[in-house]
Amino acid sequence: MANITLVEAVNQALAYEMAHDENVIVFGQDIAKNGGVFRTTVGLLEKFGPKRVLDTPLAESMIAGITIGMAAQKLKPVAEFQFMGFIYPAVDHILNQASRLRNRTRGRLSCPAVFRAPYGGGIHAPEHHSESTESLFAHIPGLRVVIPSSPARAYGLLLAAIRNPDPVLFLEPKRIYRWVKQEVPDDGRALPLDKCFILREGRDITLITWGAMIKETLEAAEQLEQHGISAEIIDVATIKPIDFDTILQSVEKTGRCLIIHEAARHCGVGAEIAATIAEHGLMFLHAPIKRVTGYDTIMPYYKMEKYYLPSSAKIIATAKQLMEFA
Amino acid sequence: MSKPHLTTTAGFSIQHLQFMDHHGELTQALPSTINHETLIKLYEAMALTRLFDKKAINLQRTGQLGTYPSCHGQEAIGAAVGHAMQASDVFFPYYRDHATFLLRGTPMSDILSYWGGDERGSANMENRASEDFPICVPIADQCLHAAGAAFAFQYRNQARAAVVTIGEGGTSEGDFYEAINLAGAWKLPLVLVINNNQWAISTPISEQTACKTIAQKAIAAGIEGVQVDGNDVIAVHHVMQHALEKARSGKGPTLIEALTYRICDHTTADDARRYIPQDEYHAAFEFEPLKRLRRYLEKNNLWSEEKEKNMLTQHAATLDTIVTKFLERPKAQITDMFDYLYAELPKQFHFQRRELEAEYG
Repeated sequence: MANITLVEAVNQALAYEMAHDENVIVFGQDIAKNGGVFRTTVGLLEKFGPKRVLDTPLAESMIAGITIGMAAQKLKPVAEFQFMGFIYPAVDHILNQASRLRNRTRGRLSCPAVFRAPYGGGIHAPEHHSESTESLFAHIPGLRVVIPSSPARAYGLLLAAIRNPDPVLFLEPKRIYRWVKQEVPDDGRALPLDKCFILREGRDITLITWGAMIKETLEAAEQLEQHGISAEIIDVATIKPIDFDTILQSVEKTGRCLIIHEAARHCGVGAEIAATIAEHGLMFLHAPIKRVTGYDTIMPYYKMEKYYLPSSAKIIATAKQLMEFA
Repeated sequence: MSKPHLTTTAGFSIQHLQFMDHHGELTQALPSTINHETLIKLYEAMALTRLFDKKAINLQRTGQLGTYPSCHGQEAIGAAVGHAMQASDVFFPYYRDHATFLLRGTPMSDILSYWGGDERGSANMENRASEDFPICVPIADQCLHAAGAAFAFQYRNQARAAVVTIGEGGTSEGDFYEAINLAGAWKLPLVLVINNNQWAISTPISEQTACKTIAQKAIAAGIEGVQVDGNDVIAVHHVMQHALEKARSGKGPTLIEALTYRICDHTTADDARRYIPQDEYHAAFEFEPLKRLRRYLEKNNLWSEEKEKNMLTQHAATLDTIVTKFLERPKAQITDMFDYLYAELPKQFHFQRRELEAEYG
């Protein structure tokens, strides 16, 4: 069993499911011969052939639209958008069609599709290549939104997404595509699509995050420990539906909660988490719910992106503030 | 050694196809793809569609139906498409395809339910095996859904075609171009039928595009494009047969432009007198498809006043059954809005479902 990166885990999950289900079709721009711009699909063309691994013409709405027709025919399409910044022409199909097909046919037709896209900043990419707009999609009824943050979770969650009978937006945090290597057994075992992951247990404060911000949050927790603050870290992972049971249990235990995300703050997923904690767990709290997030600005070009992205220093400082409440 | 290609020249033309003019005279011999028996069947279906249309408008005017789009004057397209398709082909409709629904066996009461604000109207509860898509309201999206299904047929080596309909206004949409481009590149078993009724709500074709025909848009995608007289059911049927057989035998997509005229409002929420020149509008009635087909059938002793009378009596009874079924349909469950959203409602939303039940359950 080899140590693999998140990129390789995505590839391993795709290859596993393609080998076990001939209905799985993988397509997108430059994903076949070139193996994708991040190499997530490398080798699939050679293994599974051009009927199942396809380079498409350059049209994002088309990629999403055909996914729906394929899925309704009981294929298992896995469509890749090269970057999340280019997914917007496809939103009509994801929002108006994929997420509604089951409901408007009362289950006669359905859309078991996966829309994959790398997302987030921090890799010095050009304009439009670095945004985190998961909350736009989390607002869509009928759609699931999943963000893995480790090779093992990428493998297990992508398998679950492909097997899920409804459409899933699968966002891959490209800043941590090659951050860590992990042993990921290629055993075809999926992870649940409605469970948070507790990455670190703690007593004093719950740090809630997902995607690439896991990195800064883990760093912050280690430093907080040196200051005598024991932080629990929750990787939300399934942005929709969110496992609020686990979140509320943790907040009940720690009494403090800090939500960290890379996306802009206003109407970010953090707002939904904060509101739900306020509705169902206000009495657990010793301190206000706080958020450390990207700003409500346009994602700066890459020379300034580090000033936009939440830092571990800011997470530490905010956590310390919250500890001052008795 | 392969050399780069730096020059390309090509020439193109668009054919207009008609078999029967508006006097009901053949302009060329009846094609072998159609016989008199079929023509009578098509006439009856078109007549039923027209009566259904009138009935639906009346239901809307009397507050028993929501906004409804008429297909008056465009029945030949829908009927030809519906008749030419096989059960195993899959249909991706827009919203003026009542005649096709009728011939595909979609319950007509469902069409009323749909425009009456009931999801079961787009569900086809009576035929759960149907793979046809429901009406697509966001314009041109359905072209890509059809292309996706066409890919599935190709992938599985099935001799099936995906058929999609759209108005001429819809061919200005990016999704239309993206679909025909992909269909060409991947040689998909796809048939695109454009109902060119010359009006996209209030926008005339002359303001929609500089193209002289819609069929020529196929040229840019490298696929076959044909224009037919959309009021000539024989022509539409003939070209459909050709396109369907071509698709099913792996020879790729076809774009069919069926030229007609919208001798009705866009929907019941519209008043076309505000923008359609009235002389043009009234003149268009002389070219409508039912009148000419009846003339043809009568000239060939295939139809009579008596047959017409009998048909109308039968159709009236059929419509009564349809309308009664629609009006007497028991109300759906309130919680259906949750219960059909996902295969299994995620736990996170159980609370909201209970909230709904607590208020109205």
